[in-house]
Amino acid sequence: MTQVKQKGPEVTLTPPEDAGNGLKTQEMVINMGPQHPSTHGVLRMELTLDGEIVTKAVPHIGYLHRCFEKHCEAMNDYTKVIPYVDRMDYVAAMNNELGYAIAMERLMGIQVNDRVEYIRVIMAELQRIASHLLALGTFGLDIGAFTPFLYCFIEREKVLDIFEKASGARLLYNYIWIGGLMNDVPADFKSDTAAFVTSFRPKIKELNDLLSYNKIFVERTANVGVLPEKVAINYGISGPSLRGSGVKWDLRRDDPYSIYDRFEFDVIVGKGEVGTLGDCWDRYIVRVWEMEESLKIIEQALDQMPGEGDVQESVPKKIRPPAGEIYCRTETPRGELGYYIISDKSTTPFRIKARAPSFVNLSVLPAISVGSMVADMVAIIGSIDIVLGEVDR
Amino acid sequence: MQQFLESFLPAGPLVVFVFSIIPLMIILVYALFAIWLERKVAGHIQDRLGPMHTGGWHGWSQTIADLVKMIQKEDIVPAKADRFLFKMAPFIAFAASYAAFVAIPFSSGYIGSMIDVGIFYIVAITSLLSVSIIMAGWASNNKWSLLGAMRTAAQTVSYEVPTVVTILSVIIVTGTLNLMEVTEMQTGNAFLGFLPNWLIFHSPFMVIAFVLFFIASLAEAHRVPFDLPESESELVGGYQTEYSGMRWGLFMLTEYADMLLLSLVGATLFFGGWNSPFGSFMDGPVWGAFWMLLKGMILVFVMMWLRWTLPRLRVDQLMNVCWKYLIPLSFVNLVLIALWEMIF
Repeated sequence: MTQVKQKGPEVTLTPPEDAGNGLKTQEMVINMGPQHPSTHGVLRMELTLDGEIVTKAVPHIGYLHRCFEKHCEAMNDYTKVIPYVDRMDYVAAMNNELGYAIAMERLMGIQVNDRVEYIRVIMAELQRIASHLLALGTFGLDIGAFTPFLYCFIEREKVLDIFEKASGARLLYNYIWIGGLMNDVPADFKSDTAAFVTSFRPKIKELNDLLSYNKIFVERTANVGVLPEKVAINYGISGPSLRGSGVKWDLRRDDPYSIYDRFEFDVIVGKGEVGTLGDCWDRYIVRVWEMEESLKIIEQALDQMPGEGDVQESVPKKIRPPAGEIYCRTETPRGELGYYIISDKSTTPFRIKARAPSFVNLSVLPAISVGSMVADMVAIIGSIDIVLGEVDR
Repeated sequence: MQQFLESFLPAGPLVVFVFSIIPLMIILVYALFAIWLERKVAGHIQDRLGPMHTGGWHGWSQTIADLVKMIQKEDIVPAKADRFLFKMAPFIAFAASYAAFVAIPFSSGYIGSMIDVGIFYIVAITSLLSVSIIMAGWASNNKWSLLGAMRTAAQTVSYEVPTVVTILSVIIVTGTLNLMEVTEMQTGNAFLGFLPNWLIFHSPFMVIAFVLFFIASLAEAHRVPFDLPESESELVGGYQTEYSGMRWGLFMLTEYADMLLLSLVGATLFFGGWNSPFGSFMDGPVWGAFWMLLKGMILVFVMMWLRWTLPRLRVDQLMNVCWKYLIPLSFVNLVLIALWEMIF
């Protein structure tokens, strides 16, 4: 039997200091996760603490690694990758599918018809709302506010119902295909979505009343985990976490894909309204108002959506892209999701690499958490809004 | 009540035993009810139903089922824990809050012991709770438990100051530490002809004193927004992390007993204890017990309401609230109440 020798992680602590009364003090290393209620999955943080103050934070990942990229190469078919893409960011599966479908269509030079484009955009924006609702709810949960979490879930449920009617699934849809959609939306899709939009708008205000401007909540999140603009750009942060630092960068506006150039919407940025620019509260509030912008896009898309059209019109019979490579990026609820696809003119992908926003965003954690308290660590992790399925892939 | 018991029970010790077991029965039944109520309150606040199935009517026996489950659980002591301290801690915690009930006048006919320094005794004996929590946190040999325990120590010691100062300002008005006498003082209708003679209506500063007392007692009972010792989203479970089964259940029981205790103290000091709010209507020893528990339960309900509404403070903010706001305010209030007493 072969024995695997595992080396324990090397931990260097500052030597014990004399406290002056004959006793000695020393920093404490504490393991936050992988089983911890507030690390949003199986993230492990190795915290070095001075009392309750964090002097060093090292994230350890890999507990959810499923070899996504290797699997793709053995998948024998580009279409079979789509269910795997769902499982990366399982909170925003539609956006992941959309990114992959667009990358493949660009590689193969497929132009989909307008009905498909509009349905895709509506689905992606609904998914963005659902994903942000989960992020905001669990963020409140991390701060200790239990009730907003369930209020968010009531609304998320309505979005999932719309998805269920269209695709049959509630979490992992396999709905957006290369060159089209799995099937057309049901007849009452338009009225359902419109009803959701009107019913959801007042709920944003309700969420603000309940949580966003709550005195204790603001105290807990303002001036905590400040991510300055420069640091954010240097680390390659994207998505709401970047916009929370005041950078007006949204791929839907700055590098439009699909038909996003046809819609009027604002790019929400943090303003440091209650604290410093780029603190946890800014990242939180960007998500809140982005839901409002998504509603705007959905409304416009519902108005412009053509009533007729075959959603599988341009679905290719056999997917055999020309030899070449492509990098295509889209804006998911968590930031810039890029797919780098190399094709060798066979039906099997030669290489698929996903640039996952959560993974990149997570890398900034050690930089912004030094000097905060253990309770702040929870707030910072929650405000960056990582999904471990995407971090590890 | 003691005479009543002596009239039909033969031996003296038996009377004492029955007499002292009453608060325990009240606590146990109350805890079962309060945990169920907490779930229902949480459910309805969060737009859901809470327990609905166990026992039929609105899941009334859910906590009993949980209790049975908890008793069946294996009693786990972590391998590297300090076994003696680990096993003792829950009992000391519960004993501390149970012992405090002895000085609470449940009705005009029932008080565990007529201690002349009743309220002082309650404040002193509940301090044991923080000792037991530190014991639990240290003995668990778990860093999260230790952090939770250290927070508790800081929190309980700090928040005892405003609690005691607000109680002191009530004592200035009543002139006695005996809770039975404090309650008897509040009998009758005096203010404006219709308001009951309760201390909260005595002066505007008493209202402030009550608010301060209530906030401080939230912290003493480790309830949201001051539930840092257990803060489940940061410290996993705080000092309770390593506990399971009935030992954990005892901590839970202690938490709820503590809530009731502080609510009853608040009801006695500010809301006339066992006095009926309608003067002599519905008055008497039996109604007294009803009013006392009702007032206590209303305050317990407010605590639950807050828990499911507010987020949690951070540990340094918790200290700020106490040392920068509550303590100065309570001292100023103490002086103002004293002046009010001198003038009127």
